[in-house]
Amino acid sequence: MAGIGTLEQILKLTRAFDITVYGAEPYPNYNRIQLSYVLEGSKTVQDIIMNDRSWYEENGISLHTGASITRIDTSDKRVYTAEGESADYDVLILATGSKPFVLPVPGADKEGVIGFRDIADCNTMIEASKSFKKAAVIGGGLLGLEAAKGLVQLGMDTTVVHLFDTLMERQLDAVSAGMLKAELERQGIKFAMGKKTVALTGEDRVTGLRFQDGSELEADLVVMAAGIVPNAELAKASGIETKRGILVDDFLQTSVPDVYAVGECCEHRGVCYGLVAPLYEQGTVLAKKIAAVETAPYTGSSVSTKLKISGVDVFSAGEFAETEKHRVLRNHDDWKGTYKKVLLEGNRIVGAVLYGDVTDSALLARSIREGKNMTDDLYSELFGGGGCCEGKAKSTGVEAMADEEIVCGCNGVTKGAIVKGIREEGWDSVERIKACTGATRSCGGCKPLVEQLLQYTLGEKFDGAAAKKTGICGCTTLGRDEIVATIREKRLTHVREVMHVLGWNEPEGCSKCRPAINYYLGMIWPKEHEDEKDSRFVNERLHGNIQKDSTFSVIPRMYGGVTSPDELRKIADVADKYDVKMVKVTGGQRLDLLGVKKEDLPAIWADLGMPSGYGYAKSLRTVKTCVGSQFCRFGTQDSISMGMELEHRYERLWMPAKFKMAVNGCPRNCAESGTKDIGIVGNDGGWEIFVGGNGGIKLRGADSLCKVKTDEDLIDICDAFIQYYRENANYAERTSDFVERVGLESVRQAVVEDKIGRVKLIGKLDEALDGLRDPWQEVVQDEEVRLKLYRPVTAGK
Amino acid sequence: MPTITTKTTVVPLGPIEQFPAGFGREVLAAGCRIAVFRTTDGGLYALENRTPHPKGGTLAEAIVSGHFIYCPIRDLKISLETGLVQAPDKGEVWKFEIRETKDGNVELALAIAL
Repeated sequence: MAGIGTLEQILKLTRAFDITVYGAEPYPNYNRIQLSYVLEGSKTVQDIIMNDRSWYEENGISLHTGASITRIDTSDKRVYTAEGESADYDVLILATGSKPFVLPVPGADKEGVIGFRDIADCNTMIEASKSFKKAAVIGGGLLGLEAAKGLVQLGMDTTVVHLFDTLMERQLDAVSAGMLKAELERQGIKFAMGKKTVALTGEDRVTGLRFQDGSELEADLVVMAAGIVPNAELAKASGIETKRGILVDDFLQTSVPDVYAVGECCEHRGVCYGLVAPLYEQGTVLAKKIAAVETAPYTGSSVSTKLKISGVDVFSAGEFAETEKHRVLRNHDDWKGTYKKVLLEGNRIVGAVLYGDVTDSALLARSIREGKNMTDDLYSELFGGGGCCEGKAKSTGVEAMADEEIVCGCNGVTKGAIVKGIREEGWDSVERIKACTGATRSCGGCKPLVEQLLQYTLGEKFDGAAAKKTGICGCTTLGRDEIVATIREKRLTHVREVMHVLGWNEPEGCSKCRPAINYYLGMIWPKEHEDEKDSRFVNERLHGNIQKDSTFSVIPRMYGGVTSPDELRKIADVADKYDVKMVKVTGGQRLDLLGVKKEDLPAIWADLGMPSGYGYAKSLRTVKTCVGSQFCRFGTQDSISMGMELEHRYERLWMPAKFKMAVNGCPRNCAESGTKDIGIVGNDGGWEIFVGGNGGIKLRGADSLCKVKTDEDLIDICDAFIQYYRENANYAERTSDFVERVGLESVRQAVVEDKIGRVKLIGKLDEALDGLRDPWQEVVQDEEVRLKLYRPVTAGK
Repeated sequence: MPTITTKTTVVPLGPIEQFPAGFGREVLAAGCRIAVFRTTDGGLYALENRTPHPKGGTLAEAIVSGHFIYCPIRDLKISLETGLVQAPDKGEVWKFEIRETKDGNVELALAIAL
């Protein structure tokens, strides 16, 4: 990563060099930071390759993978490969990286003992997890913990063995380390703390570890993650000065002229770095030096650490252990599970540790690097104004960043470079910035910061501009708003007409845009537009949810989740008659008949005689209810009746995305309003309405929209919110994203405050609701549809 | 060396009206499940009714766009002309010959190994 990072920098400065790259691994350069993703299976090797072979071709770089250099003749200026090939150079960059430190204990060479450094190690671990159960990771630092998490994810019983009593002892204090350990234990990692490994046991393959205190631990796989050692042998053997690593000066030059070293293999002012940001800082200086561009010397890096394990946010920078010379600002919240500690020397900020909430990490890293003094403003930014809830709004921090400050630590991209690109080159999206600078391409941790920079630089224009450039799919460059505006202005009424008039580059569109246009047409012209089945995704065309084996699921409507013995008997009879594979209660309080053959669907619907529950559609799915005042001793409102009424009202209405509701009889909220598109909570004097909740892909608690006193007002607000969402959301955009995009205040203004607007919205909704029919019974009654959409053609008949 | 002999039979599928433009339909013929698509320009195409994706699934319910379909289960884009799955996905679907006769009937060619 360091080597190719340097080349990228050089290419930006000059094209004067013929470049050849030798790498011992069989892959082009990949993102080592993301190896843990390969291990847990969320990414493939291909995904983490940073520069694929075509990049090398495009830049005229000759790439030799699987070719290790075994000798450098520095006087003759030639390198030799293991295969005996050789090549000469004018300038040589060594970027040989590092290898895991293998503990010098007996048995370290046994089968099943590995490091966690490259793709081969990942593969070994993945293979081992298939036939073995127990794993041990030696080392409770960053790398060890990431490896352990990956192994747990692979289903292995994993123990982290650590020499010290606290984890990440070089970055965390005892409190944060304790919080981290508790969280990781919750995620399934076991720990053996304060244990010194003295031997690995077993015959050919490792079977366990023996500790100094005489105790033992069983393990079929041992991962050594106790540190790294710079790969300096080649340099040493070639007569280049080395200590722990290859010695370099402030311009990354080794003891030999025209030979440079960069990254984890080198040692600068007595320090060997094992984190990514310094590598890029070194690469930037080295590139300028080689391209003969004036540069300030590299004087070392101030490192900060972030652990990237899901559900664990840890940050550490500068000094972390308090001593007598420090003043300590500390906020330890066991309720929220957060910890924040800032160390001052005099007034100067010299170190910080964050756990649980790392929002302030960029601000702190910068303050520490620049040796800033603590001020009242900074204090209130970090620790709140001292009031309870009304502390001043937090600034995002990007305004305060200096231009030369690094935003993307992985690729060494500064704030100045990004802001300049946004202003002068018209970059208007994260994707664009990623393509032009590499920022966000590696670990992705800086994406929020890049978004903030876009927001900060473009202001109001940010969203609009981004939507404009990226079309709704590959068939067009037009965004949703332009398409909807044209449909209205030109009174377009057919999907094909829209694609034609707006100059689609695929005349018949694709599976992304066709359903979207069909929705927009239906939303804009509820009366005139005739639903176009050929532009519907299979589920909405056939009114069932297609399963992995191409059978369908059938969920009949049960208003408010209330059923009856008669209904249950009918469902049971149908399940028997059609040999339904499974009857399941859904997450939304309905019954799902799974494994139904396509040709049986119309007959099942006829036998059930119940309306479609739309458990397959971008439409109202369910209104979940609690028992409420009809039976519950706590109930203050009749949530069941209200839930049934709302479900009757909105069923069959097409929405931008699936839509879930809940009605609760009291604030105990048993039907879980917080994760619904609309969640309603009854109280003694009326209802509170929440919107934009989501319990799925993106967990988001719903926002309180308003409180109402009467049932009529409740329905009015629901009507208006639903219609506002239908008219303004992008196709497939859930309310959780919608509310965040347009802002809760805009929603409240349109739905609650603007009374005239609300009446209009309700009028439009009534129009859309008018004339909706149950699709199942329509199919049952239409023989031609039954035949053409549900039955196969049998040859010869 | 073993020789394989195949015999191609013509299987009548009935009137063209059974195949509405812009849709696919499953056809059962000689024990095979075939997905027949009629494109909006009137073209007829027949593919094995099974996606090449390792986890399987049918194709007849796909969205038809020009001479391509979008698989109903995983949204693979497949060419009706060649049966080839389009990048970034990979794979190929078995293709059959199919035609409309002068009197408005549809015929399928099935090659059977003897």
